[in-house]
Amino acid sequence: MKKTLILTFLAVFAAGIAQAADQMRMAVTTSFHNSGLADVLLPEITKDLDLEVQLLVVGTGQAIKLGEAGDVDAILVHSRTAEDAFVDGGYGTHRREIMYNDFVFIGPADDPAAIAEAETAADALQKIWSASAAFVSRGDDSGTHKKELSLWVDAGLDADTFDAWYNAVGAGMGAALNTASGLNAYVLSDRASWLNFGNKGDLALLFAGDPVLFNQYAYLPVNPARHDHVKTDLTAKLEEWLTSERAQSLIDGYMIDGETLFVFNAK
Amino acid sequence: MRHAFWLVVTFDAELAEIALRSLRVTLTALVIACLIALPLAAMLAVRRFRWRRATIALLNALMGLPPVVVGLIVYIFLSRSGPFGALGLLFTPTAMIVAQVIIIVPLIASIAHQSLRELWAEYHDLLISMNVTQVQKMRTLIWDARRALLTAALAGFGRGIGEVGAIMIVGGNIDNATRVLTTAIALETGKGEFALALALGFVLIALALGVNLAIHWIGQTERDSRW
Repeated sequence: MKKTLILTFLAVFAAGIAQAADQMRMAVTTSFHNSGLADVLLPEITKDLDLEVQLLVVGTGQAIKLGEAGDVDAILVHSRTAEDAFVDGGYGTHRREIMYNDFVFIGPADDPAAIAEAETAADALQKIWSASAAFVSRGDDSGTHKKELSLWVDAGLDADTFDAWYNAVGAGMGAALNTASGLNAYVLSDRASWLNFGNKGDLALLFAGDPVLFNQYAYLPVNPARHDHVKTDLTAKLEEWLTSERAQSLIDGYMIDGETLFVFNAK
Repeated sequence: MRHAFWLVVTFDAELAEIALRSLRVTLTALVIACLIALPLAAMLAVRRFRWRRATIALLNALMGLPPVVVGLIVYIFLSRSGPFGALGLLFTPTAMIVAQVIIIVPLIASIAHQSLRELWAEYHDLLISMNVTQVQKMRTLIWDARRALLTAALAGFGRGIGEVGAIMIVGGNIDNATRVLTTAIALETGKGEFALALALGFVLIALALGVNLAIHWIGQTERDSRW
């Protein structure tokens, strides 16, 4: 009996080392992963290319840092200025647009700040500010966070001067939504993460549709001139797949509750 | 709650894989940590050297080492732009094992030293009169205190298996590669999937209990007249 038990331990160590032929690492934004799209695309990529894409789910800021340090082979993020700086700095070879969705304002269903009647995104933020209604900010230097900060600037307000109603949680999209759900607070989210979120509570989608809320995702391979261990052939293969018709049908066809989450726009 | 139980009952392949990976990482870290910590503890009990007190104090202090900081330091060292970047170890189970070893060595060494010191007080005169070497003294102590040392090892295991901060940073929580129970719980909580997160939590608790019972059974702690 004792032997069986020891053998079980050994089996635990020996078990489970079966992988696809090729492996590469890609840092993606939490919003891409929390939306559930990754779970749709990755198995198909493995099937079509015999390539296992290992995802590091982080904020856009950290994804870019990982790319700069050469710890990943490619990044898929959504913050235009940070992406341009990444390519200009020689960390990435180029930037390829893949798809977009949009940002939406989530808040308590009874809408104490009445942002549902707002004309623009900036107007909605001003209403939240003047009502001092609880607001949850990502606060993690992610693409969503950068977008939120730029919207505050558009609204003519300085997020550094806000009082206790402004909660910077420093966490991913899902965790920020959880906090908003707990505090019954307003929060800026990408549409996909919101639709796929399981703990909506009293929250509802209150404002969307302002063109400024457009959210473009882009794919940036890490520059092999800077990090010679980067798997350039695999990142090229993946880019080809992500911009193919096959990816288009999967991305455009991904729906939750009858709503399309992402729109493919690779050229 | 009911949904969570149902998920455990229908234990699927992915869940099993994550649980096995948790076990593999922490048990490997535990074995390595014991190989470092137990001889260290015995040496601290037997030998008298200049920095002995300072070392003991340091080990005790390091028991409270914040895992997040350990993770960050290991991350910086293993990153491609860090000193050990060429090894390509970041975001692999090996990196997670390294971080866990650093976290649990001080804990195991401190607890082990405590019990070895008491035993040494008993054995001191006998072993000195037999004129054995230092290594023989250490070996005798470790063997005779094996039950107390088991407790030290189990404390280390408990800290390792439940740890999330460090392995999240150095492992990256990659599906099918470095996702373990604790990081999966953090992920599912982030998605608002509380039932699944809770189910993973049950598995984690069951695993910790199971390993503890199994090790006690192998060590036959409660058998004979010895306690």
